[in-house]
Amino acid sequence: MPECPNPKDTQWPIWEVFVQEKSGEPHQHAGSIHAPDSEMALQNARDIFARRGEAVSMWVVQSKHITATIPEDNPSFFEPAADKIYRHPQFYSVPRAKRTDEERRNKE
Amino acid sequence: MEDANKLKEFEARIERGEKIEPKDWMPERYRTQLIRMISQHAHSEIVGMLPEGNWITRAPSLRRKMSLLAKVQDEAGHGLYLYCAAETLGVDRSELVGEFLSGKAKYSNIFNYPTLTWADIGAIGWLVDGAAIVNQTMLAKCSYGPYSRANLRICKEETFHKVQGYEIVCTMAQGRPAQRKMIQDAVNRWWWPSLMMFGPHDKNSPNSAELMKWKVKLFSNDDLRQRFVNLTVRQARAAGVTLPDPDLKYNPETDNWEFGEINWDEFWSVVRGNGPCNRDRMRARRRAHVEGAWVREAADAYAAKQRAKAAKSA
Ligand SMILES: [Fe+2]
Ligand SMILES: [Fe+2]
Repeated sequence: MPECPNPKDTQWPIWEVFVQEKSGEPHQHAGSIHAPDSEMALQNARDIFARRGEAVSMWVVQSKHITATIPEDNPSFFEPAADKIYRHPQFYSVPRAKRTDEERRNKE
Repeated sequence: MEDANKLKEFEARIERGEKIEPKDWMPERYRTQLIRMISQHAHSEIVGMLPEGNWITRAPSLRRKMSLLAKVQDEAGHGLYLYCAAETLGVDRSELVGEFLSGKAKYSNIFNYPTLTWADIGAIGWLVDGAAIVNQTMLAKCSYGPYSRANLRICKEETFHKVQGYEIVCTMAQGRPAQRKMIQDAVNRWWWPSLMMFGPHDKNSPNSAELMKWKVKLFSNDDLRQRFVNLTVRQARAAGVTLPDPDLKYNPETDNWEFGEINWDEFWSVVRGNGPCNRDRMRARRRAHVEGAWVREAADAYAAKQRAKAAKSA
């Protein structure tokens, strides 16, 4: 039995992978991979997340460069949006604009 | 006191069917159980390449060879999805790989059985990947977001694994007498170990209740096993092979195919390291790690060179 090797050399930086599956669609987070630099990160991402032609574009970004919200702060962070119902059309009362009888008959 | 409130809120979220994400508060026990489960799952995908890799160079046709190569490559990808899912819980991949290489970590028992003939490749795709699909379909709905998403990706690829194996089984079962004998022998050898993949009976599975409470698992080992048996009995009939269990019989009341008792002594013996291939697998894993070192070194050297070049031109 060979000796147990040192696993430390497998710990490259982690990259988050964003994939656009069809043109016109948004890039969506697919998962993460390890790679020593951005070029190899893209190649690894292709091999892991697009082996069946499910991508037209890909982004990779090193995980440490992503700034994210903290769940505990969610109430105060997202709260300001909750009481601004006037940002939705349902807030307003306006009359319904209907077709005239003549317009309706004309369409039939 | 604060933790008791947090735990209550955590369990309420799970009850509502919400997913838990990496930065959310979670009980330490949920975290450690997930790390254990996800890393064992990852190791299994990686070891799982070995029994099948054994037959890539000896596949009977180019078509079969391409399929098997693609299937084995998918399994490597599954391992990587899962290691990354585990890393979201605050462990490094190198720690997990280290536990794997040292023999401390467990992986699925099934991969400690040998692949003796080409027919085994058919039986593995059909039965082993078939059982894995039943399990992973459940895990795709589990409460931990990254693990659920990894399993969703895995499931999208598994159907191909199962069908390529099942096609081998069906083809051989309609072949010459020697081929029919060979495929039946492979099915006979893989059937019981496949049933063991779902783990011990619920009453002997210490983690099950807790995992189900937290919706890491949604069904019990025995329920999943029964689902697999019901599916597979029909497929065996369609393929023209038999399953090696004289006690197998349909119960019209429950709509289940009842089956005989599993040899749990064998199961525990393989878990403890005494399966036919435990030592072989570990040896192959360690060797692959050592022999692949130059690839990692070369990648590091290339990245360093590119960085130096960029610094110079800046
Ligand atoms: Fe897999
Ligand atoms: Fe598979």
